[in-house]
Amino acid sequence: MADTTHNTHAELDAVSGQTTTGHSWDGIKELNTPLPRWWLWTFYLTIIWSIGYWVVYPAWPLISSHTTGLFGYSSRAEVAQDLRDLEARRDLQAAVLKTAELEQIRNDPTLLRLAVARGKAAFGDNCAGCHGLGGAGGNTYPNLTDDEWIWGGTLADISTTINHGIRWDQDTNSRMSQMLAFGRTGTLKAAEISTVVEYTRSLAKLDVANGADLAAGAKLFAENCASCHGDQAKGNKELGAPDLTDAIWLYGNSRAAMIETVTNGRGGIMPAWTGRLDPVTIKALTVYVHSLGGGQK
Amino acid sequence: MNTQTPADYDDDAPLYEASKKIYPQGVSGTFRRIKWALLFFCLGVYYFLPFVRWDRGPHLPNQAVLVDMPARRFYFFFIEIWPQEVYYLTGLLILAALSLFLMNAVAGRIWCGYLCPQTVWTDLFLQVERFIEGDRRERMQRDAATWSPKTWGLKITKHFVWVMIAWWTGGAWVLYFSDAPTLVRDLATFEAPFVAYLWIGILTFTTYALAGFMREQVCLYMCPWPRIQAALTDADALNVSYRYDRGDPRMSVKQAAKAKAANEPAGDCIDCNQCVAVCPTGVDIRDGAQMGCIQCGLCIDACDTVMTKISRPTGLIGYDTDQAIKAREAGTKPPPVRIIRARTLLYFGVILAVAMTMLYSLATRSLMEIGAIHERTPLFTVLRDGSVRNNYTLRLANKRPEARIFTVAIEGIPKAQAELIGVKPIAGQPLSFEIGPDQTLDVRLLVTAPRGAFEGAKTMIQIKATDAALGDSRVIRENFFGP
Repeated sequence: MADTTHNTHAELDAVSGQTTTGHSWDGIKELNTPLPRWWLWTFYLTIIWSIGYWVVYPAWPLISSHTTGLFGYSSRAEVAQDLRDLEARRDLQAAVLKTAELEQIRNDPTLLRLAVARGKAAFGDNCAGCHGLGGAGGNTYPNLTDDEWIWGGTLADISTTINHGIRWDQDTNSRMSQMLAFGRTGTLKAAEISTVVEYTRSLAKLDVANGADLAAGAKLFAENCASCHGDQAKGNKELGAPDLTDAIWLYGNSRAAMIETVTNGRGGIMPAWTGRLDPVTIKALTVYVHSLGGGQK
Repeated sequence: MNTQTPADYDDDAPLYEASKKIYPQGVSGTFRRIKWALLFFCLGVYYFLPFVRWDRGPHLPNQAVLVDMPARRFYFFFIEIWPQEVYYLTGLLILAALSLFLMNAVAGRIWCGYLCPQTVWTDLFLQVERFIEGDRRERMQRDAATWSPKTWGLKITKHFVWVMIAWWTGGAWVLYFSDAPTLVRDLATFEAPFVAYLWIGILTFTTYALAGFMREQVCLYMCPWPRIQAALTDADALNVSYRYDRGDPRMSVKQAAKAKAANEPAGDCIDCNQCVAVCPTGVDIRDGAQMGCIQCGLCIDACDTVMTKISRPTGLIGYDTDQAIKAREAGTKPPPVRIIRARTLLYFGVILAVAMTMLYSLATRSLMEIGAIHERTPLFTVLRDGSVRNNYTLRLANKRPEARIFTVAIEGIPKAQAELIGVKPIAGQPLSFEIGPDQTLDVRLLVTAPRGAFEGAKTMIQIKATDAALGDSRVIRENFFGP
């Protein structure tokens, strides 16, 4: 058994002239060599230093608060100040973006970089919840990186959409339109809906059911759908009516999804951001969304 | 070991051991001259290097050695290092470590004795002390006596000179981090940034404290290197050694004459203690190799001086190996000094390999860089006509001191179209753009491939940046995703 009894076996080491600590670990003994003076003083100084620290910095917990220290330092106040400094720096950049036209920002690499950095942050905070972090959309929220724009993909169109939203009642300038619930309102019967869906699938070069009456479908389409989606089903951006002939289907292009669309209608809602975000941030968002890849001239 | 009873154990012993003040004596000789030469060389390089100029063209600083923190560049004459090339610094540190190993295997603590900043500055401070306060004996007497006004005057003068040297040391340090002539002017007119004054203050304090007061305490208590030496030395390594085969038994010249007359053994060491008096760490070299010995060779000079005076051959203390001394003592032939042996060859070989690798990579490194991050949300976008687009963020670096024109091209998918967002096209070439001297540029790259132009969900493409003017190009491989 190792003997670790304190001080019972203190010895004088003949080689070094020092005493041992009296501890023995399996026969290994430790010399009680004194520290150099400067080392000890440094140690005492750190203790004195810590007392000064208690005095000037927050240190001791009290019942419901803590000692604040003479400096009145607070890490939270420091963060708040840092944020204010950051805002002040951003305002300097914002001044440039405020006066520049959207086109001008888009075509100047330096301004574009500024706007994209600001827009990306704002997008993450405000838009990503529905449209996804990179604007990928999905699950009835439009993908902002493709070249299909229901309400137009120019800088001006995007700016209007962000400012006033889509079908946002509280904004009189919001983009308004409604696809009718053809089935639910009884305008079209179930069989007619199937017929017009098969016809629409043929326009989009999707597979069409055998024996589908495309001529009847065309007639139904002309009577019910063409007023918004156009004779050729190419859509109408004025009315937010999407192109039905391309490869992009916001609500899906399975038969079931299309029947659901015609039966109940569709009408996604996006809030207006005027008033919620400052004009410079909306400008930056516009340019950022435009730069994701789908922006149109 | 004497076993003590608990009652004898002194629990009230002081908690510290007061350092014994060392008064190293001045000495002259070969090793002192070598140390002076190295001291002037090292300090000369340190103090004046920031003022050396090196032309790098109009866009880059012209200071030969500069650590440019705000711009994240390190300049060393013709070499410019970017932050991502910090492995050259790692390589240098590896070389430094290996060089220490090699030095140690050849001739012991050459670093400690001649080159270490602690040794160099302490040496300088000691010389100042000797010049102002006089040599060992004078200083000891003066310190032992009550301080007279003259003592006060000398002490104050000494500390003033010390602080001046320390201040200059700190002042030279900050010059490596900014344009030296400008910073000197700003410092003099109190327009330099606060951090410059702060660092000068820190280094003034450390130099003053370490070289003026801590001295050998740094080597004995603070530095890990003396401990590592023990593991690095071997029987063949040359070390500053007392040749006890010749020196012992020690006795005065008169006693030695008597002993010789009586046909008794007499050593050459006359126990004059000069080797101890000159030692900057206060050790007795005659006790053999020890942790406190920094092997500066000053005891060799001291002993040689004495031996010359009493007309005995010099070299009683010298660079030798313990095995040779032992052999001579036993009367056998000492083994030859082997500088070239497996250990030193190995160290030298590794040093050479690391140095050549670094040189090769430095000489062949490209002065342009391309990096790509694939957009993850979404991984790909299907367009109206069914074609597929992938987006990337490209980071391009121009490491040359002049503006260049880069052209980006996509390979790997026929008919794939590339588009850049965030650059001004050059001369109607939508994929060509200028990138400023010594700069990086982030651009968004859109790659669109028509339906059926690629197979599977993942295709490898190459993104290539070319500088047509210099014929330089870099390629990076990236994935192109599809449905």
